[in-house]
Parts: sequence; C-alpha cells; structure tokens
Amino acid sequence: MSAELSSPAPLAKTAAQALAGVAPEPGVAKPDPIIVADDVVRRFGGMTAVDVRHLEVQRGAITALIGPNGAGKTTLFNLLTGFDKPNSGTWEFDGRRLNGVSAGRVARAGMVRTFQLTKALSRLTVLQNMQLGATKQPGEGFFTSLVKPLWAAREREITAQAEELLIRFKLDAKSEDFAGSLSGGQRKLLEMARALMAKPELVMLDEPMAGVNPALTQSLLGHIQTVRDEGTTVLFVEHDMQMVRRIADWVVVMAEGKIVAEGPPSAVMENPAVVDAYLGAHHDTDLGDESVMAEGVLEQLEAEEATE
Amino acid sequence: MNWSDLLSLTAGELIAPTTAAYALAAIGLNIHFGFTGLLNMGQAGFMLVGAYGFAATAQAGQGFPLSALVGVGCSVVFALILGIPTLKLRGDYLAIVTISAAEIVRLIGRSSVLSDITNGAAGIPASRFNKDFLGLSVLPDGRTALGPFAYANNVGDGWWTRIVAWAAVLLAVLLVWRLMSSPWGRVLKGIREDEDAVRSLGKSVYGYKMQALVLGGAMAGFAGVLFVMPASVQPDAMGRSMTFFIWTILLLGGAATLWGPVIGSMIFFVALMFIKTVMRDVLPSVLRPEQLEPLAGILVGITLMLLVIFRPQGIFGDKKELMLDVR
Repeated sequence: MSAELSSPAPLAKTAAQALAGVAPEPGVAKPDPIIVADDVVRRFGGMTAVDVRHLEVQRGAITALIGPNGAGKTTLFNLLTGFDKPNSGTWEFDGRRLNGVSAGRVARAGMVRTFQLTKALSRLTVLQNMQLGATKQPGEGFFTSLVKPLWAAREREITAQAEELLIRFKLDAKSEDFAGSLSGGQRKLLEMARALMAKPELVMLDEPMAGVNPALTQSLLGHIQTVRDEGTTVLFVEHDMQMVRRIADWVVVMAEGKIVAEGPPSAVMENPAVVDAYLGAHHDTDLGDESVMAEGVLEQLEAEEATE
Repeated sequence: MNWSDLLSLTAGELIAPTTAAYALAAIGLNIHFGFTGLLNMGQAGFMLVGAYGFAATAQAGQGFPLSALVGVGCSVVFALILGIPTLKLRGDYLAIVTISAAEIVRLIGRSSVLSDITNGAAGIPASRFNKDFLGLSVLPDGRTALGPFAYANNVGDGWWTRIVAWAAVLLAVLLVWRLMSSPWGRVLKGIREDEDAVRSLGKSVYGYKMQALVLGGAMAGFAGVLFVMPASVQPDAMGRSMTFFIWTILLLGGAATLWGPVIGSMIFFVALMFIKTVMRDVLPSVLRPEQLEPLAGILVGITLMLLVIFRPQGIFGDKKELMLDVR
C-alpha cells in the first residue's frame, strides 16, 4: 500500500490516460468498464425519474455524476445499489448481473455506497461503526458468535484495519466516542472510512461534500484521490463544479433522468447540453454556490422518499 | 397493619416464579426492542403460545423436556409466521401485527373451538401438566424455610419451580451477554440505529431481524412455560396487560442493558405487591377489594408514562446514549 501511496501521480495519469481516447458523448463505451447499465427506467407515478439508455463507468477512475436538482442522480444510485427497484433495465457490475439483487448482496459483491444524509450509527462507537463495515467476520453468524475463539482472530484483524483507516481519516482520537457525538463533517468521513472497511471494488459516494466545511472538503478530496490511487473505482454525485473539476477523471451529466453529456471535466463544462441543463433550472444561480444546491437536493430526496 | 406480613409478602415477590417468568420474557423483549429495535407489542402472545404448546404436550403424557421443547418450538413458529410478512416492512407494522396476533391467540384459546386442548376460558389447571416437571425435582419432599422465604419443595409454587425458573433467567442473561458482545450483536445494534446503513455494508438485515425475533420469541415461550407452572394456563391472564407489564419492566430496568430486565422485574413485582397490600389495608373503607386490582393497574400505567418522560433510559441505562440525535 505504501508503494501505491507514494506514487499517486502516475496512477492518476493512467486513469486519465485510459479515458483520453474516449469520445465525449452520452453513453459512450469505455475501454475497461466496471459498470455497464442498459435501459434503466424508474418512474414515480407519471414522472420518469431515471431513463438511462446506456452507461459505462471506467474501472480505476473517479467518475463524477452531476446534474441539476431532480435530475435523478440519487435515484440512479439507489437503483444500482439495490435500494430501489427499476421499472425496467439491466446492469452488470464486474461482469456480474446485479439488477434485481438485494442491497446487501450488491454490497457483498464489492459495490459499497454512502448516503447523502449521513447514516452514522449513532449509538455505536466510531470503532464499532468501522468494525461493522468489515466483511467475512464469522462471528456475525448466530451460532459461531457463541464461540469466541472462532471469531476472535478475525476480530483482531478487523480492529487493526479499522484503526489504520481511522488514523488516515484523522478520527482515531474519537474511536471510543459514540458516532452520534461527531460533527456532520466527521460523520461524512466516518461513513466513507466505513465503506472502505469492506475493501470494495467500487465506492459510490452520494454527495460526499454536502454540508462539509471548506477545510474538511480539502481532506475529503484528498481521501477520494487516495482511494482511487489504491485501485478502487469511485463514482460520486456532486454539485460543486469546482470540486468536480479538481478530482474527477470523467464526468457524467444527468438532466431530467437522462444522461445528456459525458466527458473529461474541462470539456463537459463547455458542452451546450450541460449549460442548458443547468441554466434551464437555475438561470440566476451560481453553480458554485453549494448551500443553495444542497438545500434543494434535500427537498428532492425527501420528495423521492415520500413517493416510495 | 402487620409489618412482618407485609415484608414477607413483598420479599416473596423477589424470587417468585412469576417474577422470573416476566424477567425472562423481558429479556426476550430486550433482544427485540433494546438491541434490534423491533417493536413487539405482543410478547404475551409468544408466552401464551409457548404455554399452550407445553401444556398440550404434557397433558398427553409426554415428559417435561419434550413438552418444554414443543412449547418453545410453538413460539418459534409463531415468530416465523409473524416475521416473514412484516420484517421487510417498516417497524410499525410489526407492532400492529404482533398485538393483533397475541389477541387472536388469546381469543382462540378462550373460545370453545379448541376446548379439548385449551379447556376454553376456564384454562388448564397446573395439576394436569406439572406432575412430570415436579417429578424431575432433585429436592426431598417437604418444606424449606430460608429467612423470609418459606415454601414447599415440590409443588407448583415451590422451591423447585423457583430454582429452575431463576436458572433459566441466569442462562438467558449469560446468552445475551455472549451474543451482544459478539459481532452478531453488533450487527443487531447497527440495525437498531439504521437499517439502510447496515444493508449498504452488505449484511442481510432481514435475516438478522428474523433471528432476533425468533430468539426473543423462544425466550418468551419458555417464560410462558414457567409462568403457568404454579397456577394454570389462563388465556385471560396472558393478554395485553401482560405485554404492557413486560414493557414497563424493560423500560424500568433499562432497554439494551444486560441486567435491566431482571432487576426491573424484581422491582416491579415487589412494588406492585407493596402497593396492593398497603391499599388493601388502608383503603377498604373507600374501595371494594375487586376495585383494588384495576387501581394497581392504573398505577402501573402512570409509572410507565412517568418513566418514559423522566427517565427513558431506565435504572441501568446510560442517559448520554439516549441524548444523541438518532438521525
């Protein structure tokens, strides 16, 4: 791991290089896709929230999913991770069909997500939160849990791994505190660290930067890049174009449920379809104004939850 | 008023089989509610199902071990039937289904439909099913007095029943301690906090909730067996008020604590007996004896309300834990 950590630049380059020859158009094929989705449709009553013809996500890269409020980004996340069921559509993860698979099994397949409204497990300690993220703990079975020698060794491994990650995310001083006592930003960090406990192939971050102060945003961005440099694919939803420009290798733009544009961050920002999508919805809003966007998204999510 | 009578009566409640049965049922409810966050409003139904299963088998002449196993097995099946359709839904649905299912069991039990087995509203007297249990006793016949506790050894309401009942409670506490300090218990607590978060970490939430429901239900089933041992299987004695007594005990002792349900049960019954005895002595000019029982019930209800408002963490709980905002 330390070898990878010491040379992030070349790896970052490889991710960008691999995508260099890809045409910036919606639904384009990638050289080494980890997710391939086709004709994913989700309707809430008369409203079509998601209608994605074709989407591929490049392995080992940071892909940003952006779009105005109500574009269906979170809904697409929920569909891909098994938290919602589509009206139609198929998708593969790492060559494995995952449509119609339950959320727990999606996560076990190596696709772990976080939530826009952070889900820290309040009355568990920070360390317990982390330990819960680990996989292959035999002590999580009812009968094996009764015999401590069967799971104590794995528990020590998990605890060591958790402590290492907590140090990296600067939460080690808090490890015995209840997660409910953390600040909003720290919860975001904890949720991301917890997702990494499973050593996933792909982490899906739903607005990792929402409601986080600028100083912490810096370190979050750094963490996301480190995750990529260690070989994990990252797909994240974000509103702040500056953030997206800084870390994303590839950007997918959604509007009204459809993918309207794709491409490297610099090219996508000038794409007329993207300008339309944003200006149509917020003609006088500063796209970099995070607080305005974050509030709107909250309402959107609540509306989505209400329709379920 | 005779103070020594009052003391021995109330002290007797400390180790009474009923106290143990309630403690065991509260331990089961603690697994449901305290650790997993399942709202089970029909714990008495689990007990009644267990008691019927046990009594029916024992009446048919089977030994105690097999009968008790059948009783617990009935509660397990009951838990599965209730859990399969409801555990995928939001928590409130389980509450609605358990409270109605418990009532259904009670009403079927007291009706004449199955009176061959249940003996209808009159219930099954203990003498029909506890002979084999008392036959297993290792104690000599006779009476034993230990301080204020003087009971016959081998009768339904005697020492043998007390010993077995409290041994079962201790065993259940030990089991809960082992489970809840293991990774399995950690998953349950995670589910209590946020199901979706646990799901996103790759755990099969439905399976864990089912295991918790079955385990707590099985404990209630055995609690039912213990509860009927001294007296009878009386469907109307195991209705909604029993469920709410169990909830009061759990919240009194402290949900999600190890000893809360046990100490809660002891305090509850000692206090209840104390209040009833004093009222019987002081209030006969105002209230008739048959009015005292409902009055005691009212006091339990008020206690439950005051508890939830002023000390939601119970006696053993950690207030700090409850102060955290849940979201």
